[in-house]
Amino acid sequence: MSQPGRGAVSQILEGLAAGDRTAVSEALNLVDDRRPEQREAALELLDALAQRPTPHTPYRVGITGAPGAGKSSLLNAVVERLRDSVTGIGIIAVDPSSQRSGGALLGDRMRLSGGARESGVFLRSMAARDRLGGLADATQASAAVLSSVFEWVFIETVGIGQSECEVAQLVDTLVFVAQPGAGDTLQFMKAGILELPDLFVVNKSDTGPVAERTRSELQATLGLLGSADEGEWQPPVLLTSARDRQGIDALLEAMAAHQKHARQSGQLEDRRQNGRVNFAVESLARRYGEYGLAQIGGAQAVAQRLAAPSERSAFALVLELGREIESALTRR
Amino acid sequence: MPKTPHLEHPDRPWLIRTYSGHSSAQASNALYRRNLASGQTGLSVAFDLPTQTGYDSDHALARGEVGKVGVPICHIDDMATLFDQIPLDQMNTSMTINATAAWLLALYVAAAERQGVRPDTLQGTTQNDIIKEYLSRGTYVFPPEASIRMTSDIVAYTVEEIPKWNPINICSYHLQEAGATPVQEIAFAMANAVAVLDAVRAREDVPEETLGRVFGRISFFLNAGIRFVEETCKCRAMTALWSELGRERYGIEDERMLRFRYGVQVNSLGLSEAQPENNIVRIALEALGVTLSRDARTRSLQLPAWNEALGLPRPWDQQLSLRTQQILAYETDLLEYPDLFEGSHVVEAHTEALLQDARTELQKVLEMGGAVSAVENAYMKQALVESHTLRIRAIERGEQIVVGVNRFKETTDSPLTAQSEGSILKVDDSAEREQVERLQSFRSARNSADAEAALQGIADCLKNGDNILPASIRAAHAGVTTGEWADTLRRLFGEYRAPTGVGAARSISAGEDTDGLRARVEALSETLGRRPKILVGKPGLDGHSNGAEQIAVKARDVGMEVVYDGIRLTPEEIVQSARDEGVHVIGLSILSGSHGVLVRDVLERLNKEGLQGIPVIVGGIIPDDDAAALRAAGVKRIYTPKDFDLSRIMGDIVDIVGEAAP
Repeated sequence: MSQPGRGAVSQILEGLAAGDRTAVSEALNLVDDRRPEQREAALELLDALAQRPTPHTPYRVGITGAPGAGKSSLLNAVVERLRDSVTGIGIIAVDPSSQRSGGALLGDRMRLSGGARESGVFLRSMAARDRLGGLADATQASAAVLSSVFEWVFIETVGIGQSECEVAQLVDTLVFVAQPGAGDTLQFMKAGILELPDLFVVNKSDTGPVAERTRSELQATLGLLGSADEGEWQPPVLLTSARDRQGIDALLEAMAAHQKHARQSGQLEDRRQNGRVNFAVESLARRYGEYGLAQIGGAQAVAQRLAAPSERSAFALVLELGREIESALTRR
Repeated sequence: MPKTPHLEHPDRPWLIRTYSGHSSAQASNALYRRNLASGQTGLSVAFDLPTQTGYDSDHALARGEVGKVGVPICHIDDMATLFDQIPLDQMNTSMTINATAAWLLALYVAAAERQGVRPDTLQGTTQNDIIKEYLSRGTYVFPPEASIRMTSDIVAYTVEEIPKWNPINICSYHLQEAGATPVQEIAFAMANAVAVLDAVRAREDVPEETLGRVFGRISFFLNAGIRFVEETCKCRAMTALWSELGRERYGIEDERMLRFRYGVQVNSLGLSEAQPENNIVRIALEALGVTLSRDARTRSLQLPAWNEALGLPRPWDQQLSLRTQQILAYETDLLEYPDLFEGSHVVEAHTEALLQDARTELQKVLEMGGAVSAVENAYMKQALVESHTLRIRAIERGEQIVVGVNRFKETTDSPLTAQSEGSILKVDDSAEREQVERLQSFRSARNSADAEAALQGIADCLKNGDNILPASIRAAHAGVTTGEWADTLRRLFGEYRAPTGVGAARSISAGEDTDGLRARVEALSETLGRRPKILVGKPGLDGHSNGAEQIAVKARDVGMEVVYDGIRLTPEEIVQSARDEGVHVIGLSILSGSHGVLVRDVLERLNKEGLQGIPVIVGGIIPDDDAAALRAAGVKRIYTPKDFDLSRIMGDIVDIVGEAAP
């Protein structure tokens, strides 16, 4: 079994700096690799990327919603509008895995129209796999790789409750795509997911009154939940039609508004910090188990260590904490 | 002794046809005239894939496909050449054309006018069934709404202007090829017909009193499988259900309009590559299934060639299929009797059982909004993928017997396939080049201002919601090409990608072989550090995706991660996707015969990207010589129709990925 020693990592780093897509792909393969020796190399790579300034301000958007709501076609329409005005778009599309076999059918969702890939769109599909709780650590790492090369990174997931919470911590703006039709709002409330998204989109506005009704229902429900605090972000409910390319500009404007708000209010930094803690805890727990994590004081301690001012990236801290756990375990 | 009931006059035979066309209009014209001279009574035109999907022969996507699975028709001169010395007022021509049906019908009408033949004397059929293209055959271009609009344009136009024309041939044929059970075949075909009829009924230019005539012109195109007793019952069930629909849903009373009229191409799915001569018998029995019952007898019949699973049939192979029909029609006493099943409670009971289940399934589709909704929400596609998976599993396990394939496999050498040329037709590689040359000289010779104006006329008529046919016929005369016509529509309607139906297909694999494979995939995942990831790609214009879908579903079921983006991808898109997705292996599926060009293109691009380490496997109808050449070019494994054992293929993939792992 080959190990991508320092040489391989620095080669990938060079490739990423040059925007080489094969290097992007290799980096994604590496951060997805579960073998212990590869994991160290992956963390080193991620640390180096975190240290390195990017020529652009990375922006991450999560797109979630029930199957059939039209997430992929909406994303397609957004990408089409964006791709000439931004420096690169990366997409991570997460599909569920089969419980029985662990296998997964990916793709067939992001139907990028012709020529999309050449004009700077990079698409990696991932399976949610057997991770408990889902996808936080591999997706976080993959998003970090893509953000180092592409200005916009989208993470698309099938929304079934739990995954929203995880995606919410990975992205700067979370967009929930709702399917027009009676009864949906109730479902959203039941699932308890209305608190998380920053933007709501009722796609398929071409269905006319049905979409309009869903929008007002959503709006009313959100009004009930909403805090009246001055300066709090009030998630807007937008109508789009990916099919007719309607409402796409308004959606992009809403994203920009939220991005600005999140930056100024500190929400963005809070979220990213949460995301880092989550990544660290999940990644350590997967490698060393709860027992291993307890050796260094548990999730609480990890959060504190990450919160302390430091020159180092979360990825380097994960490496360091991992070594601490290992030595604590061998001391026993 | 009771007297045997005999018909006073024996019935006239059904229309005897052979689905054919290849290389060029000229070569196909020669073939048609030869076939007519041998006693064929109608023509059935096979168009090549660029023509079916609206590309001129010199378009980038047409590369390697020109003249392969049918004849290339780019403009009126091609169409006139195709029917040279064949008087169109005396011919009955069936055209297998769907997304571009309005255009090819326009060219046919224009070619007839050139012969001095009046359109209202023309007889024939445009297949014009877009829904089954989304479900199975894959030569769709435009979104469902726009496609159904054009379908109904053709219906509304022909019912007045070409009254003896069958404007649409609702195809359950391709549904069976995609794995449909008899019940699914009946129900989905009827749902499809309802979608078209409802669209026509909603038109302002079709008055209520015309609906009966419209109903009477709708014809069907059925499949006939080897379970020929059940197939007979299926035809009888469809006959009953069709008149029931006409009466109850459309209020039609006239018995003549309620008659179920259908043509048949017998099953290709069940033809084997192993011991291919056995197919001769299969074909004859399948033909019997759709001719045996007089009350539900086919109006026209096309038989495939015995060696279809090996490659393109030669003229001699097609002659054998023609003779098979002629023996059935002229030598046997089949046409001398009334319906043989009158009073048969066995046939009646089975027909009734099929009918009941089909009614329930039809109701289900109608309740979800009809056939168009059931395409968009992938309900029908998923149902077909699942039925097909069950069928393949039954063959793998030997529960469904295929003689020479999973039972009675021992064989002596066949003199039929022993010849050095491989007993199949080779399309001359110069066909594509010559066609492109003809097209380019046609373009430079025509009056381009006329062509421009005619194209503008089509754009205007689409915007105004006018019937597309009159403008298309004018464009045909003005020298517009197939690609120009389709591009104009693409700009206004957009292009469509249909759901593949594999994403949500239920897992059907189970059993020891699956468990063993899952364990091997788990072990391989440990070695790789992540799950093996496979890209299943369909390059080129070929839309026959059943094989690719089965591989995708099986690979998932044994634990692999599968990237499958559907049909009609360019080699460039496939290589980019392989790189972005970080796959361990690429599987390509090509059934149109263009494997040589397309596979090599993929391999070259992989090399250029530094991705030559990703192994490539290929599946399709690939003759031995071609397979050897592809292997020499770097393809790791090649699978042909005889490789029905998906578990074995999965085992190979695990080996190949394991060997390629660094």
